[in-house]
Amino acid sequence: MDAHASVGHAELEIPYNVHPRPDTGLYNGKLGIWLFLASEVMLFGALFSSLILLRTGADSWPRGYEFLNVPLATFNTFILILSSVTVVMAWSHLRLGDLKKGRIYISATVLCALIFLTAKGFEYSHEFREGRFPKTNNFLAIYFTMTGLHGLHILGGVIVFLYFLGPGAKMWAKEPERYTNRIEIVGLYWHFVDLVWIFLFPILYLM
Amino acid sequence: MTDPAAAVEPGVDIHEHAGIGDPNAHRHSPEQIRKEMKVYLAVFIGLAVLTAVTVGACYGLKLPVHQAILVALIIASIKGFLVAAFFMHLLSEKKVIYGVLILTVIFFIFLMMLPVSHHANPFGS
Repeated sequence: MDAHASVGHAELEIPYNVHPRPDTGLYNGKLGIWLFLASEVMLFGALFSSLILLRTGADSWPRGYEFLNVPLATFNTFILILSSVTVVMAWSHLRLGDLKKGRIYISATVLCALIFLTAKGFEYSHEFREGRFPKTNNFLAIYFTMTGLHGLHILGGVIVFLYFLGPGAKMWAKEPERYTNRIEIVGLYWHFVDLVWIFLFPILYLM
Repeated sequence: MTDPAAAVEPGVDIHEHAGIGDPNAHRHSPEQIRKEMKVYLAVFIGLAVLTAVTVGACYGLKLPVHQAILVALIIASIKGFLVAAFFMHLLSEKKVIYGVLILTVIFFIFLMMLPVSHHANPFGS
């Protein structure tokens, strides 16, 4: 009876979530996240394309630094870069078998993300107080759309990190390699979010 | 000729690109992982310096629009390369991921070209 039950359970296991598939050389989750990131490139790419269309088609286009808060956005850029380092350090410590330090670095990543979102909240509230809304002009429409979508991605990352700090961390006891792979996958997503900001910041604030 | 791979424990990756080992290798030596952590910190410093240079050039010097676009995009591309190459380990990834990314880049370039085609043949003209 137990033997049957264990065979049935093994059949339900998703294969290659720890060790690489022989044909791709990757565990399935990693190929999955890269395919997802490819779709994300298209999502943000469509918005960058829209920005180019609006800007090149406009008679005049405001320069972001004339009214946006560049020092605060620069601070946010440093924070996001720092969070990319903390997440990759978390992954490295997990590979060394050190869950405690891994969790410290994941917590630092979450903290960076929350600082970023708080600063963005200050920026948005300032714009609204000054009467600058998405409906005001095309620049602000694309600014709020792109930074808002990026902020949602940050929020999504925070939720996933919190899951792996909380209930998701139980996986470490039984399958530490699988847990480490999960953090690598979230990390890849997080680096992509950082990458998007690396281009958003100069395009919206400095040009 | 001695195979260097034979001198280390089986399954431990010894191949690396710019200090970063194969991220898909089943195991890495602790020394290799610590070496990678130093590379990550160096990349962080590089990214921070490049951010400061971008802000200094475009915001501090108030460059004309065309120069600001050129400087900002060149520096952003370098920063993007550092993040993708080192943090996302694209320096030493598997071919299937490069395949996915090449397709993505082709479609991304197509997306960026759409506004050009619009201005070349605007509606209503």
